[in-house]
Amino acid sequence: MAEAENAVLEVRNLKVEFPGRRGIATALSDVSLSIRPGEILGVVGESGAGKSMTGLAVLGLLERPGRIAGGEIWLADRRIDQLNDREMEKIRGREIGAIFQDPLTSLNPLFTVGAQLTETIRLHLGMNKAEATARAISLLKDVGIPSPEERINQYPHQFSGGMRQRVVIALALAASPKLIIADEPTTALDVSIQAQITSLLRKLCKEKQTAVMLVTHDMGVIAETADRIAVMYAGRLVEIGLVEQVLHAPQHPYTRGLMASIPALGARVERLNQIDGSMPRLDAIPEGCAFGPRCKQAGPRCRRERPNLLPAGSGASACWINAGGTA
Amino acid sequence: MNVMSKQTNSALSVDRLVKTFDVSAPWLNRVVERKPRQYLQAVNDISFEVPRGGCLSLVGESGCGKSTVARLVTGLYRPNSGDISFALDKDGEPLSAQMIFQDPYASLNPRWRVKNIIAEPIRELKLRNSAAEVSERVVELLKTVGLSASDGEKFPHEFSGGQRQRISIARALASEPRFLVCDEPTSALDVSVQAQVLNLMRRLQDEFGLTYLFISHDMSVVRHMSDRIAVMYLGRIVEDGETEELFARPRHPYTQLLLQTIPNIDNPNRDREVAGGEVPSPLKPPSGCPFHPRCPIATAQCSSELPAVRTLASGTRVACHLVGDE
Repeated sequence: MAEAENAVLEVRNLKVEFPGRRGIATALSDVSLSIRPGEILGVVGESGAGKSMTGLAVLGLLERPGRIAGGEIWLADRRIDQLNDREMEKIRGREIGAIFQDPLTSLNPLFTVGAQLTETIRLHLGMNKAEATARAISLLKDVGIPSPEERINQYPHQFSGGMRQRVVIALALAASPKLIIADEPTTALDVSIQAQITSLLRKLCKEKQTAVMLVTHDMGVIAETADRIAVMYAGRLVEIGLVEQVLHAPQHPYTRGLMASIPALGARVERLNQIDGSMPRLDAIPEGCAFGPRCKQAGPRCRRERPNLLPAGSGASACWINAGGTA
Repeated sequence: MNVMSKQTNSALSVDRLVKTFDVSAPWLNRVVERKPRQYLQAVNDISFEVPRGGCLSLVGESGCGKSTVARLVTGLYRPNSGDISFALDKDGEPLSAQMIFQDPYASLNPRWRVKNIIAEPIRELKLRNSAAEVSERVVELLKTVGLSASDGEKFPHEFSGGQRQRISIARALASEPRFLVCDEPTSALDVSVQAQVLNLMRRLQDEFGLTYLFISHDMSVVRHMSDRIAVMYLGRIVEDGETEELFARPRHPYTQLLLQTIPNIDNPNRDREVAGGEVPSPLKPPSGCPFHPRCPIATAQCSSELPAVRTLASGTRVACHLVGDE
């Protein structure tokens, strides 16, 4: 891949499996993507499409019995999918930061915000206590928390939801990681707070040239934050490309259906466009294209052969119709 | 008085509704630690009307009291003061109301077969006489919401989120209500499934002449569904108007903030400076206008005096000192 040069994160043909009593469920299959410094890649899809799973696989946090069954994950020049737990622990926090959905559960309620920040800073950057406290205060200032000198001694429950998520962002940035995985960072927040957090995330990522993988189901958040979008369906990438293209000229029939089903703020319609049916279960993905049974344009080839990501427009789409051939 | 004519036009009228929760510490703590009793004003002097066959949406951020209103209307909570009156149906009885809940995973009993979940209100209210008639009605309801008759034999875990929400809707329709209170019916669903459920709700509204009280925090969903929108902030309605009017000309500064912050897919606003501030705790609401600490145009009057609700020429009702007819 040409874009692979100087990418912070590169995922190649990643496959994740969950062996179970009824056979192996393939949670991710053939996922390839890369993120450059300062770039925000939005990963969208329905629940169960594998978007969070991609983030967890990169972080090395797949829950057992889930395992990486194939493919490679590269963080800058280092391959990280085969590292053991201890080595991954050194990378998490230091080189990859994480922001999760619920800010209340990702902070320890028994420690002050300052203690949690300085612990991370001292562990990863080897600073002494005074230096770490100074850095913690400056981080809280960066994420827009008023009077950080006093707030640093407070516990998570003394912060509101939006402020807590700011603390989590500060924590993720504590060791200046190269990459941040943000999994639904604004889903638990109200709209007016959500807008504050997404614009903060975008500003910090551009300033510090951090690469961000933003996992969300909210197309609006993606539209306002991401540079490129990867659309997932049933554990595969179906489309990847620049924001403008994926939102306004989607190539894959699933992306087109998804975009049309969002109630528009501009014009009011009598009936929303809907995609009939639902996503297949991961242990019952049909042969051929996984979206085939719900696709209005599907032809005999779609039922037989699984399409790979092929260039379409300025990005890539996994669809036989886009490939210029016949379905 | 025009009470009668009002009642015929609106399916539900709510007048000066107040609900306070006692959130005091336990008795012993109060005595030992000398803590006073503490009350939370969840709903504070709210009045609105839902037009017959129409849809009124309540929008606002978490903790603004919208779900409390839903529970008051359906009788799950008792109001401290104020009136809730349903219009009379053809048979002289007040319109019957039912509720659809947010989380389709928590609102269905996992140990019951779907047919029993839907049949329960029919049996409880004795709407059908024989068992055969009940199961006939259950099949009819399943088909109405786009499921098949054989789905009745399954358990809730065998369905996806969207299908479960269809089951909740079928259960709500089982008692033949004329009024449905929908508390965030699609916020637990994915967008493509959300479209299916919203289309279904629209179709049912036309088919059965239902009236909806719709509660949501998603402005684009609200715009799609409702005829009228009431914006709530800290237990009060700050603005209430026709959907198109409210979107085209939001009058209250809070409504303006709310509309500005919606992520817009067609016209993304990437480098905006978002107005700061957060919702204050409802335990300690600010004096005067509850929005004044976050309001960009607040004056001294706003921090001391609660603005009265005024009706503008456009029919919009707004509670702000600084907004008037232009």
